[in-house]
Amino acid sequence: MTPSRVAFAAILAKDLRSELRTLQSLPAMALFAVTTFIIFRFGLDRTSLSGSLASGVLWATLLFAAVLGINRLFVAEREEGGFDAIRLAPIDRSVLFAAKAAALIIYLAALELVAVPIFALFFLDSVAALGPLVSVLLLADLGLAVVGTLISSMAVNSRARDLLVPLVLLPLVVPLMIAASGATEPLLVVGGPGYHRFGTWLMVLGLYDLIFALVGWAVFDFLLED
Amino acid sequence: MYGKGLRPLSIATVVAFAVGFSLVFFYAPLEADQGFIQKIFYLHVPLASTALIGFIVGGIFAIAHLRTDNPKWDAYSYVAIHISVIFGVGVLITGAIWAKASWGHWWVWDEPTLVSFLIVFLLYCTYYPFRYAIEDRDRQARYASVFAVTAGAFVPLNFLAVRMAQSLVHPRVFATSEGGLPGSMLLTFLVCWAAVALLWVTLVKFELTAKSASGQLKRLRRALDAPGRAPSSRIAPEVS
Repeated sequence: MTPSRVAFAAILAKDLRSELRTLQSLPAMALFAVTTFIIFRFGLDRTSLSGSLASGVLWATLLFAAVLGINRLFVAEREEGGFDAIRLAPIDRSVLFAAKAAALIIYLAALELVAVPIFALFFLDSVAALGPLVSVLLLADLGLAVVGTLISSMAVNSRARDLLVPLVLLPLVVPLMIAASGATEPLLVVGGPGYHRFGTWLMVLGLYDLIFALVGWAVFDFLLED
Repeated sequence: MYGKGLRPLSIATVVAFAVGFSLVFFYAPLEADQGFIQKIFYLHVPLASTALIGFIVGGIFAIAHLRTDNPKWDAYSYVAIHISVIFGVGVLITGAIWAKASWGHWWVWDEPTLVSFLIVFLLYCTYYPFRYAIEDRDRQARYASVFAVTAGAFVPLNFLAVRMAQSLVHPRVFATSEGGLPGSMLLTFLVCWAAVALLWVTLVKFELTAKSASGQLKRLRRALDAPGRAPSSRIAPEVS
């Protein structure tokens, strides 16, 4: 039995390497996010945003961009026989879940590294909120990654892959989006970042992450059986 | 075999509803603020809590399916969720009527319970396209169970998040269903709840019986088409 740590590192490195070589997901996610900002600029007819509007635009954009990456997360496994290889390998199958979620967190962080500064450049008056925003982004990424990995691994084995991920994922992440935008809204109000109920929302995000990480870890084994 | 006990159960349901509705209209007092329309409470709240409990029960059946790999539990889980989704439609309709009557709008966004319920309902609506997009029968059952477990964990979390998104001072009209109720209303409410819960159990049993009968029929037909092979004795109802 290969130690889980080694297997985790190997799968994660494989994923990152293949993404770096093919650039299948990340450029599309970033482009999508920037284009969506432009659509919001004209759809809302605003040149600067603050408070709940800013947090809504940011989170809606990040969520839909994330869906693009989540859709493609297991495509290589399915089409190139990666699932069979994992089944044959002497490793704990939950390691695949952890490694894929970790890869997704890295994709999302990379997306936000591009999209959030551009968002600030387009719409925000000051960048003072970006520091505390990082903690919200990280916690939300973790939740999106565990739920996204779980849904993606199921959807990829179905007929309606591209349809199922957004269909099932969106209602599942509603609480995550409530908490993330609840924490982001006071950060982006005019007149500097505020912290109204900031800690409470971070706790809700953490609770969401914890529950779905545990659920995903517990049920992932059943998704690989065949 | 699933049909066993269906008749007494159906009769009990009808009786419970007759008693419940008689209590609603002839025994329970008119509520001082809202008057007659408040009586929809005796249908709306039992439907909602039964549907939510049904979703959780579907998740528990799904856990049983994942642990034992017995297709029977998958059928139970599917039917529990299916009937709860149908109840959910009733909850949203009665909720909208009640909201229109007492707040003046068909839909109110600052009533957290209603909003949470809508989100949960939408999630469980995706159970059907999700389930039937997977062709292989065993895999379909397994994935549906994973969905049911995940969604079951989602239900309480969602209620927490939506409730927290409201300003904390919002007045809760019927926050504690038992807490502020006079005895006669409480009794009526409990009888109605029992009736709705019985209806849920009856419908689940009915659906299971129908599914098992049609599955059995399909197997017998298959056996007729291919003589020489005895019909399999699998008794779990087929979900299709």
